[in-house]
Amino acid sequence: MTLITLTPWDLSLAALLIVVLAALSFQMQLGLSRSIFIAALRTVIQLMLIGLVLKFLFNTTHLGWIVLVSTVMLLAAGREVMVRQQRRFAGVQSFALGTLSLFISTVIVTLLVLTMVISAEPWYSPQYAIPLLGMMFGNTMNGIALGLDRLTQTTWQQRDVVEARLILGQTPQQAISDIRRESIRSGMIPIINAMAVAGIVSLPGMMTGQILAGAAPMEAVNYQILIMFMVTAGTGFGTIFAVTMGARHLFDQRERLRLDRLQKAIV
Amino acid sequence: MKITARKGSVALSCLQIKDIQTHHVGPLSLTVSSDAAVSLRGQSGCGKSLLMRAIADLDPHQGEVLLNDVSREEYSGSQWRKNIGYLPAVSQWWGDYVHEHFDEEIDQDQISQWLAALGLKRAILAAATATLSSGERQRLALIRLLANRPQVLLLDEPTASLDPDNVISVESLVSDYQRQQACAVVWISHDHQQLQRVATRHFVIEQGSLIAQGTA
Repeated sequence: MTLITLTPWDLSLAALLIVVLAALSFQMQLGLSRSIFIAALRTVIQLMLIGLVLKFLFNTTHLGWIVLVSTVMLLAAGREVMVRQQRRFAGVQSFALGTLSLFISTVIVTLLVLTMVISAEPWYSPQYAIPLLGMMFGNTMNGIALGLDRLTQTTWQQRDVVEARLILGQTPQQAISDIRRESIRSGMIPIINAMAVAGIVSLPGMMTGQILAGAAPMEAVNYQILIMFMVTAGTGFGTIFAVTMGARHLFDQRERLRLDRLQKAIV
Repeated sequence: MKITARKGSVALSCLQIKDIQTHHVGPLSLTVSSDAAVSLRGQSGCGKSLLMRAIADLDPHQGEVLLNDVSREEYSGSQWRKNIGYLPAVSQWWGDYVHEHFDEEIDQDQISQWLAALGLKRAILAAATATLSSGERQRLALIRLLANRPQVLLLDEPTASLDPDNVISVESLVSDYQRQQACAVVWISHDHQQLQRVATRHFVIEQGSLIAQGTA
């Protein structure tokens, strides 16, 4: 291992960059200074905590703990999907929809990869399971949040068109087909683009991390390819599921458009 | 077309509205049959559109609507709306071209006839929707609706942006369709004289309730 340990002093220097960015944002009245500080602080605290958790997990390797940690990750990602919607389904439905979509796509793909591709001993070895789940949740969450946000926003804006199609006797699925397709596309395009430019324009974070940690480049590349495929599949399935379910829930039993099921987020 | 075959001897269509209540409208009841078109007036905001939306089952509301003694609940929402031809005051065009808004399986000869009757050329089906004038949109919206062969027509100011000649063409097309299909017609307009021409029973909506006016 040729890993150079980072000291708190090194990190403080990097933090200075964030301070400069926040100051610039303040001066330009972007209204982001506060968000930058809070997000930066969250990064530090959350990563420190997960570091401690991982340290503990690696020493125990018990399935129960891993399930617990992934459940917390799942719920946090589900909440994140919800708060990113400008117009979201009222009540618990918004949270349930996002979380269920995350669960179905992420957990199935990750289980498949852990048991059939990596086959560590045991298959739930935290060293593999937790980072994979984390990458899956993080990326799938983005796709689902983008797709759902696009779905509810566009339907809100184009309510007259959707209703006009209903009035002409189209089924809800026909009336919202264009919006649903566009929403799924907008959720999936970022990850497809990321695959397309991986290695040329961007060096993916995970691979960079492995190389920084001293792994052989080809090993890191293989893992990155695996991750890319997993993340794309998870994002795709999750977005398709979430948008399809969401599009259905915009209509009721009598096939009416029910925008009263949406509420505007309080910003 | 999946609509029940009613060729040959044409049965009357009858729309029964029972105790409809939506927002500040109703409860109100009305029976419209194909042998007597109904006209509906009222100031803007009186609830005409809300009533039409309720009949087409677009908003949650109270009350019952039957078509030829069959309750609305027997139909899916989309089947119901295919039979209830509701023409809102403003038409919406989602596709880039006019023909995208017409089902490919519909009777093209019939469409050509209707286009001709309203002074439109068949080439307009290939036109970009963005280039349509408001008058063209209004006439095409009516043809698009008739292509569903509805048994009821709820027309919300169907001639508002038309010149006098086209107003007459639309009126006679609707009246022909009403006769051929035995279709129950509700016609909303602000134009008194027009309502006298197109309907035989006249109503006004005032403060959410329906008031019958003497037949002309």
